[in-house]
Amino acid sequence: MSYDVLVIGGGPAGLSAAINVRARNKQVLVVSNPMEESPLWKAEQIDNYLGLPGVTGPEMLRVMHRHAQAAGVEFREGKVLNTMHMENAWYVSIGSDMESAAAIVLAGGVSRGKKFPGEEELLGKGVSYCATCDGMLYRGRPVAVVGYGDSARKEASFLEGIGCKVTYFHRPGSCSIQGSGKVESITCDGKTAAVDCVFLLRPTMAPTELFPGLAVEGGYVKVDRRMATNLPGVFAAGDCTGLPLQVAKAVGEGLVAGQSAAAYAVQNGQGR
Amino acid sequence: MAVKALKTAEFDGAIQGSHVAVVDFWADWCGPCKMVSPVIDGLEKAYGDRVLVAKVNVDDEHELAARFGVSSIPTVIFFRDGAEVERKIGVQTAGVYQAILEANL
Repeated sequence: MSYDVLVIGGGPAGLSAAINVRARNKQVLVVSNPMEESPLWKAEQIDNYLGLPGVTGPEMLRVMHRHAQAAGVEFREGKVLNTMHMENAWYVSIGSDMESAAAIVLAGGVSRGKKFPGEEELLGKGVSYCATCDGMLYRGRPVAVVGYGDSARKEASFLEGIGCKVTYFHRPGSCSIQGSGKVESITCDGKTAAVDCVFLLRPTMAPTELFPGLAVEGGYVKVDRRMATNLPGVFAAGDCTGLPLQVAKAVGEGLVAGQSAAAYAVQNGQGR
Repeated sequence: MAVKALKTAEFDGAIQGSHVAVVDFWADWCGPCKMVSPVIDGLEKAYGDRVLVAKVNVDDEHELAARFGVSSIPTVIFFRDGAEVERKIGVQTAGVYQAILEANL
């Protein structure tokens, strides 16, 4: 189905945006990794969020999630891989699915880690970001999965299930991918595996990978006071827009982005 | 006319029989392919009278996928007089595909 607003990221910024879209009675979908993979989940204690001193990361995420669910926010677990703007709507691919919305709120946090040597050159030639998309092309062949969380392990199991011979690298410090014209091997932390394909399953795609042409400044998404980016109908909130990387700032920006996105959907949505 | 779904047996004949052809290698289980699909439909509408616009399901046609070294989908391959002239891997906007077609017409 088509939504008014699709939110990428289920942390405080994304959830705040989503409940504010619902407050305007618009349909909203939040696409995110499992809550337990949020960097906030690891916070033992948060002392600077107004009114909730000493709250833990998991407590905060659970209560925010419950609030969003009660408000009628829809959720989808998965990772957004591509986006495309076509005829007044944004089309977004999530694993093997596709959804569309009039407006987007980008609240995916900060993507950590640089690209590996060989990654850019061999992308589409054996380097893939999507196991469900490209796995079937490597049935019966050796592949590597570079994973950073439980959802990556699930994708590795999926690959094993369809007959790939999987070498799994868990949160490696450094990797390099070798091959001329196509992937031949990968080396992570000194260990080399001869493989035909490397699945790089990072928790977050870099915003500029998701949205070609998105303006950034100092490594962060450039936004105005309405949290609008330079792309039509794309708003951003939270850590991806810059410092300070704090929950209160994310929630405030999420509110503005949610309201702006809902207003944009009203003006530009197709008769909704 | 709808975008033609090509099978292995008819592939060479169809490509060689067209001055310019564009072929979308795709599969059901691929989200990004679902995004490219309406763009390919648009190419058929705009260029269908001059260009063969076709798609190949890599699940059904392993041989073709292997022959063209398709290692990530969607892969869109452009042919001119039967020979590959360009390929685009991953989701691209309509303008990217149109520019390649215009350059080869």
